[in-house]
Amino acid sequence: MKSLAELKAIRERVQSQVSMRAEDHNHIRVVVGMATCGIASGARPVLTTLANAVQEKGLTDKIAVTQTGCIGLCQYEPIVEVMEPGKEKVTYIKMNPDKALEVVERHLIGGHVVEEYTLNHADIK
Amino acid sequence: MYRSHVLVCGGTGCTSSGSQQIMETLKKEIEKNGLSDEVAVVQTGCHGLCALGPIMIVYPDATFYSMVKVEDIPEIVSEHLLKGRVVTRLLYKETVSPAGKIKALSDTDFYKKQHRIALRNCGIINPEVIDEYIGTGGYEALGKVLTEMTPDEVIQLLLDSGLRGRGGAGFPTGLKWKLAKQNEADQKYVCCNADEGDPGAFMDRSILEGDPHAVLEAMAIAGYAIGASQGYIYVRAEYPIAVERLRIAIGQAREYGLLGKNIFDTGFDFDIDLRLGAGAFVCGEETALMTSIEGKRGEPRPRPPFPAQKGLFGKPSILNNVETYANIPQIILNGPEWFASMGTEKSKGTKVFALGGKIHNTGLVEIPMGTTLREVIEEIGGGIPNGKKFKAAQTGGPSGGCIPAEHFDIPIDYDNLISIGSMMGSGGLIVMDEDDCMVDIAKFFLEFTVEESCGKCTPCRIGTKRMLEILDKITKGTAVMEDLDKLEELCYYIKENSLCGLGQTAPNPVLSTLRYFRSEYEAHIKEKRCPAGVCKALLSYHIDRDKCKGCTLCARNCPADAIIGTVKNPHIIDQDKCIKCGTCIEKCKFGAIYKR
Repeated sequence: MKSLAELKAIRERVQSQVSMRAEDHNHIRVVVGMATCGIASGARPVLTTLANAVQEKGLTDKIAVTQTGCIGLCQYEPIVEVMEPGKEKVTYIKMNPDKALEVVERHLIGGHVVEEYTLNHADIK
Repeated sequence: MYRSHVLVCGGTGCTSSGSQQIMETLKKEIEKNGLSDEVAVVQTGCHGLCALGPIMIVYPDATFYSMVKVEDIPEIVSEHLLKGRVVTRLLYKETVSPAGKIKALSDTDFYKKQHRIALRNCGIINPEVIDEYIGTGGYEALGKVLTEMTPDEVIQLLLDSGLRGRGGAGFPTGLKWKLAKQNEADQKYVCCNADEGDPGAFMDRSILEGDPHAVLEAMAIAGYAIGASQGYIYVRAEYPIAVERLRIAIGQAREYGLLGKNIFDTGFDFDIDLRLGAGAFVCGEETALMTSIEGKRGEPRPRPPFPAQKGLFGKPSILNNVETYANIPQIILNGPEWFASMGTEKSKGTKVFALGGKIHNTGLVEIPMGTTLREVIEEIGGGIPNGKKFKAAQTGGPSGGCIPAEHFDIPIDYDNLISIGSMMGSGGLIVMDEDDCMVDIAKFFLEFTVEESCGKCTPCRIGTKRMLEILDKITKGTAVMEDLDKLEELCYYIKENSLCGLGQTAPNPVLSTLRYFRSEYEAHIKEKRCPAGVCKALLSYHIDRDKCKGCTLCARNCPADAIIGTVKNPHIIDQDKCIKCGTCIEKCKFGAIYKR
């Protein structure tokens, strides 16, 4: 290594990995339902897609992607919940990796809830 | 890329309670569940809560598992790592609120009042991967110093920060560097004192095990500031994990060009080598340490000349402690005002303490200077087990003293501790309760110094031996009051006349216990009685006839066959045979046995 620029490049590459290991109450929490129902309907690729996207975009210091168990709406799995401190929880249903990326872009980065994928939007009787 | 990181403590404490096996099983289970691409297992340094090891933390949700066993791993992997269901029974109980909610680790009593600077990366990064250190801003301070600052500016910055040596004596670090810089020479040396020898202290070991690059980076900064191109780390061979991680770290830093020739293309050369010490306590003294690095017998020599003038190999040298170095990159990056904003008027920043003895949370804590002893023991340390009463806290190891309950609210800093007859020392803090005999404690530390005295100067070699003999007489009940005067007189002679710090401070454990617990010494001498019930020669065991049911349990367990009696009749202890081991008290179910 001969320059500070090289040092900075390494830092930027590793930082998103290491900063995941911080404890911050202001994190936005993105939670994927990973119970049997969730896994069966394809929650795992959704989880990995979200986790990777957040790291690639260097957002691990603001956003934590984790799993949770069954939340009781098995027919709507895979379910992704976005919990932002001070805001109402947003529940996305019937997710897949493509939709997940869209949520990252439009909601987590852009700040606009992707209404058409949410539970509120679905016609629940 | 991994969605989750599982951090397993690989410090000495958790390694000895089996964290290596846990890590292996964890990796196997993760593979079995097909999670190898999603979950990373990271070996880290010490988290501080050694009492609850092995420790495991799962990120990003920061779930803190304590006392994990190999049998628990399959459940953690299939439930938590795969399905996201936390294994609640393994959670550190302080992180679970009465309502069953999980609270953040930083909100627990143990971590709430801590402020981690020297330990900031311990338990967070993998110390064997240089990229992880760089990922937290590592080596940026070195880059900044080499490209933006002059050596004088670096020294001024340290002076402004108020950083004082963490090895115990508290000499201002910036001043030490300034003196070494002023002395012109063709070669200078930067040394690191990792010869941590106080009984019960393990701050430096944990830093070396958890964040070795921080020390390397700071040593390179020191080299630039004083004009040295070579550094030595003097570390004891009894720290195999620390030595191994240092070796790996030095290798990686060389590979990256962060040690070696022409660092950051600035023309600055600096390299570091390890020197292993064989564990002699005196080698923690600066001149003895340097003599030992030179390959000679580790004995101190008179000062002046000070190492800043003539140190290692006769060249101007500096020697700083591991913890001192670990603070420096952060001070450079965050500025001296940031560091000086913490602590007390004359002691800035934080101090790492190794909590031990009669305390719930034995382990490693880093607190701002000025925190009171009460906060450290009752809040962070979780108090004294078994409802016992606090009697004294020992700081500074064999060079320090005992702080009694009357000074429980004293803010901890260099000057306050000296004013009450103890000293900061390297950071060992041993808590004692009412069952500890202060004469016995003083004797313990004197035994240590007698053993470790190098023998070069007479006051230390013979004086400490004479002190120990008097202490031995006191604990055996054969001393007279004149012995106490002689003991005190010896203390002052040894303090005044010893060659190095070892001898000059050796009487401190006796002086401080004499100052605060004189009545206990007198009870041993005048009444032939040990108030705490520790000194065996002054004790005898007895059976209360009214309480004894004649169950024979004590007689069957007595290793010396000293208990006589028949079934259902009160037993008696034969004082001639009794070896005072205490087994009978432990075994008796009726509380019929007592000592006096």
